Amino acid sequence: MATIKLSESKIKTIKDICKSFDNKSGEVINVLHQVQGAFGYLPAEVQEVVAMELNMPVAQVYGIVSFYSFFTMQPKGEHPISICLGTACYVRGAEKVLDEFKRQLNINVGETTKDGKFSLNCLRCVGACGLAPVVMVGDKVYGRLTPDNVKDIIAEYNS
Amino acid sequence: MAKYKMHVLVCGGTGCKASQSAQIVENLKAVLTENGLQDEVQVITTGCFGFCEKGPIVKMMPDNTFYTQVKPEDARTIVEEHIIKGRKVTNLLYTDPENNEHVSDSKHMGFYKKQIRIALRNCGFIDPENIDESISRGGYEALGKCLSEMKPEDVIQEIKLSGLRGRGGGGFPTGLKWEIASKNHADQKYVVCNADEGDPGAFMDRSIMEGDPHSIIEAMAICGYAIGATKGLVYIRAEYPLAIDRLQIAIKQAREYGLLGQDIMGSGFDFDIELRYGAGAFVCGEETALIHSMEGKRGEPTFKPPFPAVSGYLGKPTNVNNVETFANIPVIITKGADWFNKIGTEKSKGTKVFALAGQINNVGLIEVPMGITLREVIYEIGGGIKDGKEFKAVQTGGPSGGCLTKKHLDTPIDYDNLIAAGSMMGSGGMVVMDETSCMVSIAKFYLEFTCEESCGKCTPCRIGNKRLCEMLTKISKGNGTMEDLYELRNLAAVIKDTALCGLGQTSPNPVLSTLDNFWDEYVEHVVDKKCRAGVCKSLMSYEIDQTKCVGCTACARNCPVGAIKGEKKMPHTIDPAVCIKCGACIERCKFGAISIK
Repeated sequence: MATIKLSESKIKTIKDICKSFDNKSGEVINVLHQVQGAFGYLPAEVQEVVAMELNMPVAQVYGIVSFYSFFTMQPKGEHPISICLGTACYVRGAEKVLDEFKRQLNINVGETTKDGKFSLNCLRCVGACGLAPVVMVGDKVYGRLTPDNVKDIIAEYNS
Repeated sequence: MAKYKMHVLVCGGTGCKASQSAQIVENLKAVLTENGLQDEVQVITTGCFGFCEKGPIVKMMPDNTFYTQVKPEDARTIVEEHIIKGRKVTNLLYTDPENNEHVSDSKHMGFYKKQIRIALRNCGFIDPENIDESISRGGYEALGKCLSEMKPEDVIQEIKLSGLRGRGGGGFPTGLKWEIASKNHADQKYVVCNADEGDPGAFMDRSIMEGDPHSIIEAMAICGYAIGATKGLVYIRAEYPLAIDRLQIAIKQAREYGLLGQDIMGSGFDFDIELRYGAGAFVCGEETALIHSMEGKRGEPTFKPPFPAVSGYLGKPTNVNNVETFANIPVIITKGADWFNKIGTEKSKGTKVFALAGQINNVGLIEVPMGITLREVIYEIGGGIKDGKEFKAVQTGGPSGGCLTKKHLDTPIDYDNLIAAGSMMGSGGMVVMDETSCMVSIAKFYLEFTCEESCGKCTPCRIGNKRLCEMLTKISKGNGTMEDLYELRNLAAVIKDTALCGLGQTSPNPVLSTLDNFWDEYVEHVVDKKCRAGVCKSLMSYEIDQTKCVGCTACARNCPVGAIKGEKKMPHTIDPAVCIKCGACIERCKFGAISIK
């Protein structure tokens, strides 16, 4: 196995989380949820520690991380931007809003800006269809958007 | 609730919360305290009222005044005018679009008139974080009745008689499902609540869990009693943090009251509930995939039989029901199967919750009796199409469903009629589209979703859907041929017949139903290379009418790529080679000089 480059304190955090689930391999999804909550993402080294602690193959952990869209191996930006592409938002023009974000930030979906400030993602329905189209920046929800609003939203976080 | 003279109910659903409803609560409380009314008037944050279009919503009790689109700064007016002076704040009342009159009681609004609220009975009436409020509205009465007066087989019989069918999409009779699970003997059985609402554009289950979590807990315990299970699991999406919070609070409170845990109500029946988190995989709505995910594996479905009722979670008999199905159970027990089965149509009993969204005036969450027509839903409850445009289609059943059109407007909505019309009930998403929606693009949108969400286990779904999606992309780019259209139908049929699970078997539905209902539009894309809705970018070009353009430069200034050229006060032109067809110019032009060709 590759040498693990994580700091001692990070390894301890992972070990503690695994322990709180009695190191059961059946709890791997719950473990990964908490680990991602702690670090923001699940790089390969983190998965290796989880696999070791839960006594299961790394491939299996990776299989789970790559299967579920909630888990990510890429660090998110300081302000993660999520565009709702649920049907309700789609028919009310979410794609145009997404295009405008891509253009203004000069990144594609799944990428993070060079300064690490913003990352762009799509999600399916936040359940605020009354406000469609909807965009979330961090935990804040912006509703009834048009491409015109994009500039102002980005400016809000750039100041 | 007795000691307060008045209650102010503020919607704390996701939509209203996003429009600062929490701030409204803060402000209301502050102004009440300022006026020394904090012990007279109680402010309660409730679950979703359903009328999301007009949110945030504030309801005054006991006089039932229904305020819409309330802003945080309106809190003072509400307290000073309504509560202190007893005068209604007319500018916050709902205005009936028909006659421009103010309506203060929600019962008289078109949006609510035709609704019957069973699954949503408590949403918007109680504080979901307070078990006493749930109990005051009959919560846990049904569980008490089951444990003290009914044998497990009586409970199953009652559910069977009610005619309740699974609300998650398939429509399998719930009573029968319970009976099968009850007949399989094992040392441990499980009750699972499927709260992995992955259908884009649907938020029914979320609203029930956020607005009335105790009804789910109660129903799961009843199910446990009926089938002989002592453990319940809720499989819930991690993307629903508020619903998770409220369920956790509710479970804790139920344990404290002895309504979960050992020896419930002194009956000797033990039952407890744990939460399991989903991690974003649409296929996990399929019960075998869901069970694998709960076991900590990739959420891949397996072939049925064996059904979960025989071998489910950890190989034990498991009964999986959807949130809305569970929400119906307590009412059926307290009011009786005979009351329930009078509502609805012959083969579909009760009500259905729909998330009404898209190009419609009243977006929101509705609960209507089975057998209501689309026309009633769209024009009476939904208030018609936005901006007076023409109705084109309504999509039901999400990525597994299909599009219904004008000719289906008077078809009574129930499980069987929707399937006959080439769609399905699904979990209850209902997205309304007007003439600006391109049906080829809609089919492509759903196929892209399926391709992303296909677990990859079986070939028809993994590769077949990818090919369908490629063909649709080709058509929307203007490179399609008539042959592609026939091939599209052919391949769709093969996938339907051969895919392993419900996801794959239904994934071609959006393609098939749009082909059936909008054949002309497909042909237009292929033969005339035209997209009548103006959505498919490759098939259109923007042009400036030289006689209408006054040279105001608004378009040129707003063009993100500098494709528009022209002197001030002289007609402008668009360079088609540079134009990215974003439509920014057309929105800016005040003279209607720009058109899509």
